[in-house]
Amino acid sequence: MPKITFIEHSGATHTVDAPAGLSVMEVAVKNGVRGIDADCGGACACATCHVYVAPEWLDKLESKGATEASMLEFADGVEATSRLACQLKVSDVLDGLTVRLPESQH
Amino acid sequence: MTDTLHTLAEEARKTAYATPLDELNVADVELWRTDTVWPYFERLRHEDPVHLHPQDHHRDGAFWSITRFNDIVSVDTNPEVFSSEPNITLDDHMAEFELPMFISMDPPKHDVQRKTVSPIVSQQNLAGLEPLIRGRIQKTLDELPIGEPFDWVDRVSIELTSQMLATLFDFPFEDRRKLTYWSDMATSEDRTDAEFMQTMMECGGYFTGLWNDRVNAEPKGDLISMLAHGPQTRNMEPMELLGNLILLIVGGNDTTRNTMSGSVHEMHRNPDQRLKLNADPSLIPSMVSETIRWQTPLAYMRRTAKRDVDFGGKTIREGDKVVMWYASGNRDETVIADPDRYIIDRPNVRHHLSFGFGIHRCVGNRLAELQLKILWEEILQRFPQIEVVEASRVRSAFVRGFASMQTVIPRRL
Repeated sequence: MPKITFIEHSGATHTVDAPAGLSVMEVAVKNGVRGIDADCGGACACATCHVYVAPEWLDKLESKGATEASMLEFADGVEATSRLACQLKVSDVLDGLTVRLPESQH
Repeated sequence: MTDTLHTLAEEARKTAYATPLDELNVADVELWRTDTVWPYFERLRHEDPVHLHPQDHHRDGAFWSITRFNDIVSVDTNPEVFSSEPNITLDDHMAEFELPMFISMDPPKHDVQRKTVSPIVSQQNLAGLEPLIRGRIQKTLDELPIGEPFDWVDRVSIELTSQMLATLFDFPFEDRRKLTYWSDMATSEDRTDAEFMQTMMECGGYFTGLWNDRVNAEPKGDLISMLAHGPQTRNMEPMELLGNLILLIVGGNDTTRNTMSGSVHEMHRNPDQRLKLNADPSLIPSMVSETIRWQTPLAYMRRTAKRDVDFGGKTIREGDKVVMWYASGNRDETVIADPDRYIIDRPNVRHHLSFGFGIHRCVGNRLAELQLKILWEEILQRFPQIEVVEASRVRSAFVRGFASMQTVIPRRL
């Protein structure tokens, strides 16, 4: 099973099993990773599952859709590596993915 | 008070289920003033979740009611089809007095104007504001009378939100209640067009003075200065400036004010929840989210169909008004378990519609949550109980709130 590593803003690190088909957001929520609110439940409608993807992984992800891009426009602390975790689907390709969490979700 | 409310609710349920579907009018302000709209929404959600109301249900004509949680999310996240222009309430514009504001704009103009003001509610700015907010809340609570009735709306909710707004605008502090007055007039169901225009012009005149001071000074962190120096906003027409100011005033006023009042109201009605909170103050953030769901201080947002669209088995026509009833979606039992109960530690408590979803999601949501969190941290350190003696609600289907709320604090800790 793929594994994903979440690094909280505090530095706390969680490496967890990530079943294919779930979103990275769902994996975080199911494993009690703090710092992801996911207010809209995965509809790409709130930007409260904002994560920073480790740069070496950016090319391996499916590119941002228009909706994700427009929601990220209004998030706080957005960087080039910012993504919404609800839009990242787990597959074997993502085995070993590392994402950092922002200080807060907005 | 509880018995009367219970009887009213029972009667409303009978009436709602005895009324033909086509005659159910959830925009009737009396249903909101009496807080009896809930069985009407329950029927629409179950029997006709995408429902067309006839022309005589609102003074400005026919509209669709969207009442289920997930349908509301679908509309809110599809601005290509469901436009925020020309207005986000049921009212038509007064042709001779148009107030453009970014809540009622589509991309790309909405985006640049929103981005001009959003830094004021960034995490960094909120962290800077927290000590000020806490100090003011402490002072306001310490001045409340013990053992005698007072109006919580006036003494606490309006006082705190008007102080917050004055800070955000760097508005003359002694005149802060003008902000409340302008905001109330902007959303009132009971004013004439002439009163509205006169009050808005007075507001515009006052702000023009502040604008002229800020535009000639170095940029600083308040909203007026941000707008006066922002490349996308500094050349706004006077009516567009006024529209955006009204938006920011209403956005920071009615919403937080009525949720503050609502929190005290629900804690009084649910003493078991209050005891739970007293025993575990770490539940405050969760209690704040549950109160925001429960209160839904803006009951709906309207969109306008940009083209014919099939939605939920109906055909919505280009130009039709489409109302997303957040208040109803927040009581949708297929998404929120036991939605008619106020449960401060419910699972997934942040999954509510009160802030809207999509590109127009409330820009000030974190500031609102911060104010409510601090309010309850400070209440818990002072007052073991706050009794609500009498509450009267606002006559509006848009602003869901309290006109006044007589409360008694029996004793201090």
